[in-house]
Amino acid sequence: MSSNVEKQGGGVLGWIDERFPLTKMLEEHITKYYAPKNFNFWYYFGSLALLVLILQIVTGIFLTMNYKPDGNLAFTSVEYIMRDVNFGWLIRYMHSTGASMFFVVIYLHMFRALLYGSYKKPRELLWVFGMLIYVALMAEAFMGYLLPWGQMSYWGAQVIISLFGAIPFGIGDALTIWLKGDYIVSDATLNRFFALHVIAVPLVLVFLVAAHILALHEVGSNNPDGIEIKKNKNAQGIPKDGIPFHPYYTVKDFLGAVVFLIIFFAIVFFAPEMGGYFLEHANFVPADPLKTPEHIAPVWYFTPFYAILRAVPDKLGGVIAMGGAIFVLFLLPWIDRNPVRSIRYRSVTYKILLFTFAIAFVVLGYMGMQSPTPVGTLISRICAGIYFGYFIALFLVSRNEKNKPVPERVTS
Amino acid sequence: MIGQNGSQQQTTRQARVQAQLQAARIQTERGRAKVLSRTDLQSGKYQRLLVMTAAAVLAAGSLLYASQSRAAGVGVHLESPRIDQSNDKSLQRGAQAFVNYCMGCHSADYQRYSRFAQDAGLSEEDVINNLIFTTDEAGERTKVGSLMSNNMTKEYGKQAFGVAPPNLALTARSRGVDWIYTYLKSYYVDPGIATTGVNNLVYPGTAMPHVLWDLQGLQTPVYGEEVHGARPITGLELTQEGSMTPEEYDGLVADITNFMAYMSDPIKETRHRVGMYVMLFLFLLLGIAYILKKEYWKDVV
Repeated sequence: MSSNVEKQGGGVLGWIDERFPLTKMLEEHITKYYAPKNFNFWYYFGSLALLVLILQIVTGIFLTMNYKPDGNLAFTSVEYIMRDVNFGWLIRYMHSTGASMFFVVIYLHMFRALLYGSYKKPRELLWVFGMLIYVALMAEAFMGYLLPWGQMSYWGAQVIISLFGAIPFGIGDALTIWLKGDYIVSDATLNRFFALHVIAVPLVLVFLVAAHILALHEVGSNNPDGIEIKKNKNAQGIPKDGIPFHPYYTVKDFLGAVVFLIIFFAIVFFAPEMGGYFLEHANFVPADPLKTPEHIAPVWYFTPFYAILRAVPDKLGGVIAMGGAIFVLFLLPWIDRNPVRSIRYRSVTYKILLFTFAIAFVVLGYMGMQSPTPVGTLISRICAGIYFGYFIALFLVSRNEKNKPVPERVTS
Repeated sequence: MIGQNGSQQQTTRQARVQAQLQAARIQTERGRAKVLSRTDLQSGKYQRLLVMTAAAVLAAGSLLYASQSRAAGVGVHLESPRIDQSNDKSLQRGAQAFVNYCMGCHSADYQRYSRFAQDAGLSEEDVINNLIFTTDEAGERTKVGSLMSNNMTKEYGKQAFGVAPPNLALTARSRGVDWIYTYLKSYYVDPGIATTGVNNLVYPGTAMPHVLWDLQGLQTPVYGEEVHGARPITGLELTQEGSMTPEEYDGLVADITNFMAYMSDPIKETRHRVGMYVMLFLFLLLGIAYILKKEYWKDVV
């Protein structure tokens, strides 16, 4: 090999680097991306979300090889995958468990952002991209849930699509028919949901995840103290409290990934239905358009919003409240006016607000799974009030909050 | 000069003292700030306690509410059978009863005969000779590699029973094993049902006749005290003996339930076995990952 090539950075890598910014990208995003050294438990969920996304895409590809998007064959083809395809049961359970675990991870990831103010300037766009990912993920999960073509798939889709019918001026009815491609949920609906689930939404998701990571690496990671590590740099221009993502956070996230996989595979192998929460019992009955199940409940990750929907007596009002509950999260960077990010240095009022909000969200999730009763509706209404009340209270409180002194450097 | 010098020294000393005083004041202020924040925390503790209490009340309320709604939903206490999917003998007995008593009308159209042979420790010949009684569409005896279907069409089923007998392969997952077990034990004589003459406590108004009656015998209801103008059924009493004792019958029903549980999830045993190895591997990997992390992070201060 000539010494000329050696000078350019050597061998194959040098050859590539002259033509493609491989080393540059690796350095920018991994080996010379400086992350704060004080990440705690809450900071595992970003990389875990990426792991679950990859798991879902890979298992999804294998499922698509044997699944039949046809009203007469769909349910049977899933059972075929479960029984006759080699390790089909493993692929299917990984995909169904992955769907629920995706939301577990995402909800914890989002709560982290609330705890440490990760949505605040200059990370507003990072938060908005994240919210878009969340919305795309809900669409992806909703359409994926129709595909097994069980009773709950069918009637869940029927109920959710019919919500669009609440839009007045004749738009709603036309819209629901347009979405379904039929007057009821049918083979036409199944086929389009399949197309959207396996290619359209995943493409959007991957694109948004890339945007989310690019935005993150532009502004840098927040941390549990909520302070900018870029303000304290050494002579080389490296943040004093920063450590390169690789190897420090690659090994740490690897540890987190193993712990996550232990939980994940414990569910896959020993409790794939998760007591009816991940795979609903009624979904082991094939879809029957003539037989409405006694109790239709969406999968657990939608139930907080479903409970808000049911808490409002008026259908259109309920739909608006449900949409508003998701939309208001987009505005969070502008609702919270306190410049201090981390909950560690914010007022007690804020702490109480946030924990009440979190409890209300969990209670709403529980209520959304139960069949409606007067007491249940009352509890749902109170919690829906707390949910929206949080944002109003936050807007008012955050203006003149009594903060604690924020440290200059990160605390360990 | 000396005096001036002295006064200068004095002023500098004064300045120094003042600076020290100021520093002390700042410190005390900081101390007070700390104390303030501590009282803040103290009140925060009470407020948090309040929130926690509220949360606990909410949670307890929800639980109470849930237990009430569940109690209202199911009128009959479901019994749990003692079943074990790895018990081949029980599965074989259950399969025998299933093909003889259930498959006249029901199918189990996701389950293959050959797969059952493999999973329950039988040869394919055993299954062909003892469990296959149906014919395929061409009128020939069903092949061992086929699904456990039967020849009753949906239309005929509907005509005969008012509702087509469902595929039972997944019933153990949709209804649960307790439901199946209790259902098969809860038939009672009800002259009000013109078609079958029997009713069921678990599934009132069921279209299914009591196909196991010659084994179990017939039960009649025991009525309790009158409530709201009606006398609720509090239990069932065996009034006509069958060919089996109640214990034998319970055992058979448990075997059928076990077989149906197997059919709904035939991979379960394999899944658990593979799962153990996967867990073992992951825990080993956890150890390595932990050591790796510790090794890399020891220079992070």
